[in-house]
Amino acid sequence: MKLDSFADFNREVQKLKLKKQTEKTIITVSRDSTCCLLKGSMDLSVALEKELENHKLTDKVLINYSGCLGFCEIEPVVLIEPQNLFFQNVTAQSVQKIVSEILVDGKIPHGSQTIEKRNEGPFYKKQLRFLTGQNEKIEPGSIDDYLVVGGYSALVKVLETMEPRDVINEIKESGLRGRGGGGFPTGKKWESCRNASAPDGCRYVICNGDEGDPGAYMDRSLMESNPHSILEGMIIGSYAIGANEGYIFVRAEYPLAVEHMKSAILQAENYGFLGSSILGSDHNFTIHITMGAGAFVCGESTALMASLEGKAGFPRVKHIHTVEQGFRNKPSNLNNVETWANVPYIISRGAQWYKQIGTAGSRGTKIFSLVGKVKNTGLIEVPMGITLGEIIFEIGGGIPENKNFKAVQTGGPSGGCLPEGYLDSPVDFDALINLGSMMGSGGMIVMDEDTCMVEIARFYLNFLVEESCGKCTPCREGLWQLLSILTRISHGEGNMDDLTTLEELGEMIKDSSLCALGKTAPNPVLSTLRYFREEYIEHIRDRKCRAGVCRDLFRYTIDKEKCTGCSVCRQKCPYKAISGEKKEHHSIDTEICVKCGICFEVCKFNAVRKVS
Amino acid sequence: MKEIGKIIAEFPKSPESLIPILQEIQEQYNYLSEENIKEVSEKLDLPLQHVFSVATFYNVFSLRPKGRNIVKVCMGSACHVRGSNRILEEIERKLNIKNNETSADGRFSLETVNCLGACALGPIMVVNKEFKGHLTPSEVSKLISQELIEEKS
Repeated sequence: MKLDSFADFNREVQKLKLKKQTEKTIITVSRDSTCCLLKGSMDLSVALEKELENHKLTDKVLINYSGCLGFCEIEPVVLIEPQNLFFQNVTAQSVQKIVSEILVDGKIPHGSQTIEKRNEGPFYKKQLRFLTGQNEKIEPGSIDDYLVVGGYSALVKVLETMEPRDVINEIKESGLRGRGGGGFPTGKKWESCRNASAPDGCRYVICNGDEGDPGAYMDRSLMESNPHSILEGMIIGSYAIGANEGYIFVRAEYPLAVEHMKSAILQAENYGFLGSSILGSDHNFTIHITMGAGAFVCGESTALMASLEGKAGFPRVKHIHTVEQGFRNKPSNLNNVETWANVPYIISRGAQWYKQIGTAGSRGTKIFSLVGKVKNTGLIEVPMGITLGEIIFEIGGGIPENKNFKAVQTGGPSGGCLPEGYLDSPVDFDALINLGSMMGSGGMIVMDEDTCMVEIARFYLNFLVEESCGKCTPCREGLWQLLSILTRISHGEGNMDDLTTLEELGEMIKDSSLCALGKTAPNPVLSTLRYFREEYIEHIRDRKCRAGVCRDLFRYTIDKEKCTGCSVCRQKCPYKAISGEKKEHHSIDTEICVKCGICFEVCKFNAVRKVS
Repeated sequence: MKEIGKIIAEFPKSPESLIPILQEIQEQYNYLSEENIKEVSEKLDLPLQHVFSVATFYNVFSLRPKGRNIVKVCMGSACHVRGSNRILEEIERKLNIKNNETSADGRFSLETVNCLGACALGPIMVVNKEFKGHLTPSEVSKLISQELIEEKS
């Protein structure tokens, strides 16, 4: 039903809120996001529905299939209200037991905890989940759910009570900075776009959903789990900037995000939040969705716009900014998914409220993907200024298997690796840049003692060489040179002069590359050289890889004392490099062994060791 | 499979339609053949070298036919620190093809992808469109064997 006025909107929301009030038991299942689906949430939902039918409970229960609730390690989760119970790692089998015990027998099953207890637990306690907290109340496919939790009320506030300039001032005042990596002040960008000359009145707003940083997936999660918050942010932005057309550019690897965004656009059109005369105002705005075709460089604004125009995604020099001449040579305002999702919250609660969160230079919350060698992996939303240590050791629960922390990598391939000594550093845009890393889009990859810092630098460089578009020479040729030197060092064939060359070349590439990809590409090398130089020296001078990663620098051996002769390693070795009779000591033929590491993985007695 | 002409006709005749058209052809036919690229160039009135440059710039396009089953291994950083290299090697060994190759019988293509965005559950691979997470090399071996059996039957 199309809502033609603000009064219509208020009536509809009241109606939906009444409809949502229920005496029924509400079962929330985190089903509709990639991670949950990977962990079997679809089978779980089928089993749940079947179990409810078996017990003839279908009429007494309301199921809510939400998107991502953040704590990927324990997904899928089930919340049952009003019983106020929370279950983690639920499977198709265990959900049947949960339903029959609680709803049929009226018991509280073993292994459950209250929802408050979950929120007080280490993973959630320090978080401020403004953008992500509503996910558990929303089915991604239901605009009504979004309306019930206050969705689109910020848009109504804007259209009803604010002039475009007021909106821009509010965003400027809030201190919101772009969440995609650059950290440019959002309000200032909007203002430049609004002020840019557009003789035909044509301006564009674009949402950058080309989340290419490996290790970061907050934008996918937002698009999958709360698509309307992004649309609402864009519609508000279009009003402030004076744009009538918008584009959402989503990476090809995110099919579910595309599906959810598409369906959200259709629903918003049906209600009249998109289209002409939005809610009876004189603002018109439509949104198109475009899928990327797999090029990391398209996260860069000019490359993204080239791709939208049907060209290869080569960036261009920004003598003229995209806010003046971008997509189709018209003023174009590009913000990333998370930035857009912040907008409705700032408008609803006001810039003064927003400013209280975070640090002086970086306001608000930031979503990070806490991944790698850390116990509690998932998406966390924290106030800016929280320390790295709090994130990794309190929220993340520290390093698994009693291993030692070595480094945390922030900022994707353009970021850097920070060592233990910097765990007390606050996380904000400027503090991380001062340390030689950057915030990027919010990937936070924790590394333990088993990670080789030379190999990690080589890994990132390899990625960047593959993804460099090849337009400018410093990036195309320079990165290739950095990679070949790093590869040599990781083979134990480096020399001490290489370290100076890496630094000089790295600085040159930073200074002379065309776009941000090249300008930041040497960071992984430079930051590891700055903080983990001794590991480089060990690789060169001692031909030693202390983490046991660089294959030319160690070999596998079987400890005679520990080997029980169980023969598992011999059976599993794909190359038949292990010999030994059952119950007798086994040994590895180093001539045949390719160091695939399967014996190391399968030995239950820690008898397989790496030696330099 | 939809005819190429039909696919092209679904989009406005504009240079901006090039990528979505190529994506649709890739989806339907598994690759972009020389004839298809020529036809797109003619129908959209775009120089052949422009279409070719776009088709070779982006990773999702392939100029050679891909296998019936596509195995993608995530090489993102979170998967990398959890050993995705060894997962890839194990799959290469099991399928007897290298990364970016298709088996001679056309059953499998092996690819790497720079991040699938399910980083908390790494290492990850996708067999056709199904995600599999928390992999170890020995598990991969089992999964691929199953897949091979299902393919046969």
